[in-house]
Amino acid sequence: MERKTKIHAEEGKQELFITREFDLPVELLFRAYIDPEIVEQWMGTRVLKLENKKHGSWQFETSDAQGNVVFQSGGAFHDIVPNQKIIRTFEMDNTPFAAQLEFLEFEKLMNGTSKLTMHIIFKSVADRDQLLQLPFAQGINMAHNRLEEVVMHLK
Amino acid sequence: MELRRDVFQAIADPTRRAIITLVAFQAMTPSAIAENFTSSRQTISKHIQILAECEILQQEQNGREIYYQLNPKKLKAIADFIEPFRNLWDDRFNKLEAVMKKYQSEQ
Repeated sequence: MERKTKIHAEEGKQELFITREFDLPVELLFRAYIDPEIVEQWMGTRVLKLENKKHGSWQFETSDAQGNVVFQSGGAFHDIVPNQKIIRTFEMDNTPFAAQLEFLEFEKLMNGTSKLTMHIIFKSVADRDQLLQLPFAQGINMAHNRLEEVVMHLK
Repeated sequence: MELRRDVFQAIADPTRRAIITLVAFQAMTPSAIAENFTSSRQTISKHIQILAECEILQQEQNGREIYYQLNPKKLKAIADFIEPFRNLWDDRFNKLEAVMKKYQSEQ
């Protein structure tokens, strides 16, 4: 099984696909998205709100080692079908990026494995391309934060 | 002008990457950028100069102030930006898998 995350972003389109196979039953994969405590663990964020239902909303907050909020995001659930799909919007607060629409599909595979497909639709091609560029910068931020944490523990 | 800086070398420096991070969200003056670092204004200004020479940063005159902003075209041209994006998600998903495996074994 190839357990590598794949990104499919065609030139000139305002959408992208993220796919990944997990060595987890689909029920557990889905649970990782709806259980606030678990979301906090793997997303490294604080879950302020996670209303897993049609027309519900969600809100996450990420802080640095000093407790300053560095990143807030939120959106609304359009639809949730347990172990099958989540349709939601995603928006980063205080950034120039427009809201995006996300279709998450959870698939059961053989022998207790599963697959996730995220189909993300952006306001424009430029918006998508800009977001693709962002992790370059964000990754550095996270590395800095991690470094800070390590240093804090050393003190 | 024979000054052709190596862009990859430019972005390999952590301070310069941090500068790129800062201006990714908004255009900033050199002094506003420097405030984010403990290094001297001179050092930061040198880093900005290198990034500008590589055209990763572009200048914009606004009244008396010079603002620096990111030149996304250049950034796109110098690196495959899908890879860091992919790595970001790969890390997240690896974590998800590890968290759920632990959860599974505790049940």
